[in-house]
Amino acid sequence: MTQVDPAIPAGSTSPLAHRRPLGDRGFALLALASGLLVLVVLALIAISTSQQAASWFSAEGLKIFTNNWNPAANQFGALAFIYGTAITAVIALVLAVPVSIGIALLLTEVVQPRLARPIVYVVDLLAVVPSVVWGLWGILVFAPWAQHVYSSIASGVNGIPVLSFLFGGQNISGASFFTAGLILAFMITPIVTSLSREVIATTPSIDKQGAYALGATRWEMISGVVWPHSKGGVVGAVLLGLGRAMGETIAAALVIGSSATITSHLFAPGYNMPAVIANQFGESYGVFRAGLMGMGVLLFAFTIIVNIIARGVVERSARRARGA
Amino acid sequence: MTVAAQPQAHPQKVSLREPPSWRRTKNQLMTVLMVLAFVVTLVPLGFVLVTVIAKGASIISWSFLTSSIPPPVLPANVGGMGPAIVGTLEITALATVIAVPLGILGAIYINEYGGKGFLAQVVRFMSDVMTGVPSIIMGLFIFTLWTLRFQYSGLGGALALACLMLPVVIRSSEEMLKLVPDSLREGSYALGATKARVTVTVVLPAAVGGIVSGALLAVARATGETAPLLFTIGIVTSVNANVFSGSNTSLPSQIFLNATQPYDGAQARGWGAALTLVVIAFIFMIAARLVTARFARYQR
Repeated sequence: MTQVDPAIPAGSTSPLAHRRPLGDRGFALLALASGLLVLVVLALIAISTSQQAASWFSAEGLKIFTNNWNPAANQFGALAFIYGTAITAVIALVLAVPVSIGIALLLTEVVQPRLARPIVYVVDLLAVVPSVVWGLWGILVFAPWAQHVYSSIASGVNGIPVLSFLFGGQNISGASFFTAGLILAFMITPIVTSLSREVIATTPSIDKQGAYALGATRWEMISGVVWPHSKGGVVGAVLLGLGRAMGETIAAALVIGSSATITSHLFAPGYNMPAVIANQFGESYGVFRAGLMGMGVLLFAFTIIVNIIARGVVERSARRARGA
Repeated sequence: MTVAAQPQAHPQKVSLREPPSWRRTKNQLMTVLMVLAFVVTLVPLGFVLVTVIAKGASIISWSFLTSSIPPPVLPANVGGMGPAIVGTLEITALATVIAVPLGILGAIYINEYGGKGFLAQVVRFMSDVMTGVPSIIMGLFIFTLWTLRFQYSGLGGALALACLMLPVVIRSSEEMLKLVPDSLREGSYALGATKARVTVTVVLPAAVGGIVSGALLAVARATGETAPLLFTIGIVTSVNANVFSGSNTSLPSQIFLNATQPYDGAQARGWGAALTLVVIAFIFMIAARLVTARFARYQR
């Protein structure tokens, strides 16, 4: 009390006077708590689901990576589901990425801003159609039709080396790896498009004008200026699409065919991790339930890793774009 | 063609257009491919919307929207989706009440309090990451944390949806808070206001349009989510108005059930529920656009 703080008003000698009012500090704490809630929820997800899945990991050990899922015989190897998750996600990316990048380039480099707006609305509509509605349409309308198409493709490629390996086979079904991948592709197109568009839009216009001044056509400008500039960010957008495709549940559960098999034939029915959780969790018990929960843990781990890498890539390329 | 025909009529006119070359052809080819990419997305979207509207409109009536859910074997003209509509509205509303205030507070922390600090950046990055967590994981999470102890209820479903919405609301609100000019904040500090007062009475009102529209988009997404509700709300066939206890049901859950039923009546009810759900989601999306157009003071 020997020193006089000039900030304290003359009338108040209490040391409390230069502490912030209670309500102010309370609000700051409340905001901090809400921010930390995100970290708490993520940690709780990891802890609680792993706990529930512990008996699967301990009972099966490394056998969780074998290909025999037979709850009746107490065998819980999840390889077929991991394979299915990977293969449907790859199909979805192969179909969705070129289309998304095409639309993103169309929006940023080709059409007028006036025209870009309605295109963005339409692409966003793909995301507003709920997953379960895609699934309903996929199983009741698309799959019966696709059955015929797949059969004729399969007989067409019969005997051709690589194509019959992928599209041939005996067990052709409308509900298959390919149908699931295709519907996942529709669902991830909006997010891959909008993120790629954001990255592509940061290309400095002076670079673009430079390319035009050298006599480049629009495509030469895109491949020579826009693409090198936005490659990194687009890779991040694709990874985010991969994360979405791996975790998308309900549409896949309806159209994937629900058969735990590992096959190279894309038109054959299969299964993936989210779908098997959705379809079998209700009737599960004991190690069976722990197994499904464990696949949830694997899925959580995969998507978190993919998302962290993707966000890191996107942020780095955004920082570089700002710095350049 | 026209270039070749012109010279006789106007001998002076020099054509600056390059003759067709591989470079120009390639350019045009790529432009066509880009347009094609957009057209390709229109096809499935058009098919889905037309099918849902055509099949759904033929069953929807006032009694479909209000009646109880019948057993799947019964024909399409019996019963309806009343309990599912009530359930969807209750559960989504409760999830909104939980997630939106927390999300806005989280965004306030990141943008107003945390700033460039390490913790705030971690929170921001992790909420980005959390938007990518599959919805079924949220269902499993709430199942282990809540449903195992407190049984099925609408509240469980709302908690799972809230987990999905939280990071989305945080990120969209934070983007909006970032757009509020610092001069507004400095002006109110100069008048002697505390930080909380500045945030609540100056910054939030300035960003409210964008925040509301972001929240509405999150709600539109959550309305259509099935996976978080699968293990958390159970199933009922008559209206359960109490969202806090007892099993409940929702439109997405009913669509999921009916999609795998072999009976025509059940499938028809599934299409009716799908149209209802799509309409509800669209209303939220259009509301978001209107709010953006009408109230957003600062836009990206």
